[in-house]
Amino acid sequence: MFTLDWSFLSKKVVGSQTYLGWLMTAWETTLTISLFAFIIAFALGFLMGVFRTTQNKYLVLIGNVWTEIFRNIPVLVQIFLWYFVMPKLFPIFSKLPSFALAVIALGLFTSSRISEQVRAGIQSIPTDQRYASLALGLTTYQSYRFVLLPVAFRLVLPPLTSEAMNIIKNSSVAFAVSIAELTMYAIQVQEETARGIEVYLIVTGLYFISAFIVNLLSILIEKSIQIPHFIGGRK
Amino acid sequence: MNLDFSFLTLKVINNIILTGLIFSIKLTLIAMVLGIILGTFLAMMRLSRFKILSSFALAYVTIIRSIPLVMVILWVFLLIPLFIGRSLGTEYSAIITFTLFEAAFYAEIMRAGIQSVKRDQANAGYALGMNYFQCMGYVVLPQAFRNMLPVLLTQTIVLFQDTSLVYAIGAFDLLKGFSIISKNFNRPVEAYILATIVYFIICFSLSYLVKRIQNRVRIVR
Repeated sequence: MFTLDWSFLSKKVVGSQTYLGWLMTAWETTLTISLFAFIIAFALGFLMGVFRTTQNKYLVLIGNVWTEIFRNIPVLVQIFLWYFVMPKLFPIFSKLPSFALAVIALGLFTSSRISEQVRAGIQSIPTDQRYASLALGLTTYQSYRFVLLPVAFRLVLPPLTSEAMNIIKNSSVAFAVSIAELTMYAIQVQEETARGIEVYLIVTGLYFISAFIVNLLSILIEKSIQIPHFIGGRK
Repeated sequence: MNLDFSFLTLKVINNIILTGLIFSIKLTLIAMVLGIILGTFLAMMRLSRFKILSSFALAYVTIIRSIPLVMVILWVFLLIPLFIGRSLGTEYSAIITFTLFEAAFYAEIMRAGIQSVKRDQANAGYALGMNYFQCMGYVVLPQAFRNMLPVLLTQTIVLFQDTSLVYAIGAFDLLKGFSIISKNFNRPVEAYILATIVYFIICFSLSYLVKRIQNRVRIVR
């Protein structure tokens, strides 16, 4: 029906940059956004998840409200919120580049999902452990630091790797605020070169490779942190 | 900075916001119904003893789940005119995309649902002389649906949130409505604050509803 023509990749866009070069920069942007967003999501999601398992009702409330807010607003709306609204309401954000705003939006959105996983992970630890640590005279902080979190951390890491893959996929919404990541590249280059199939194929392929790399990493991580005799643990 | 919501007249609400909202709801409901039907077939194929059916279903689900939804939206929008020779428009394109995309997610849920039904139930059905489709239709699937109802509904809330991504091809959904307001009245701050509030209220109420249903299903069991 149609033949594929990849010659556009070596054509020049501006100056000496080719479409292939631009593609690689776009891929790098996608991975960088995802990495930074994951760091934010992991830090805040872990904190909020832990808050929700404490006995302190204010901390539980903060964790619950946080999770409900960021889980119940579509990620694209959150991107617009950070891009159009926050810099006007809080001038401090107007100094940030749009890249950083997208990272924050994506990070906060994902933090609500990580908070759910962390909460579920901590609650799956038998309550005996919490009571035993309190009976030994540990403070709440100490019982989290020395008893609950070391186990919880190893329990929730495997499901978190699927969030890492989600974050790469979700980073595609950054196209809406004109960040030159892979999806933006796909839309832009499709219009410029009219080689839609080829452009989409290669961009989709790069998303596949990215997901595959995260998957490989996660298998390695899962193996090294597995708890023997525990859920999912072998031997 | 002063917020000014005076652009929000009845006419704007009717012509722009409601038009968008109705399309978002229509898209969600159609994709939910068709997606669950297609997803159930995919789940049955996935669990089938015929290797070719199960590998096809596995490949479909795995591929769809590893591509960003925005890319799937773009793909379908690009491919439809190539295959049928004319464009179907952004709205039909969106409906087809979401049905195909969500089917992969519903398929995984239905697979877990089918597997949550005890094997004895299916065996009892076969012992009564039912064939595969009777056994699935009368014995296994009704129980699988009820077990998975909360998860299916939660996925539908995700689906509703995801419909905002039709922004990529410019279909007129709820979010597009707010972006039109933002441009027409040059009030992006107010428009997107409203968008956030409206989406939050809808999704939060639906999540609350799912929680209620979850408790009910649990009591019945």
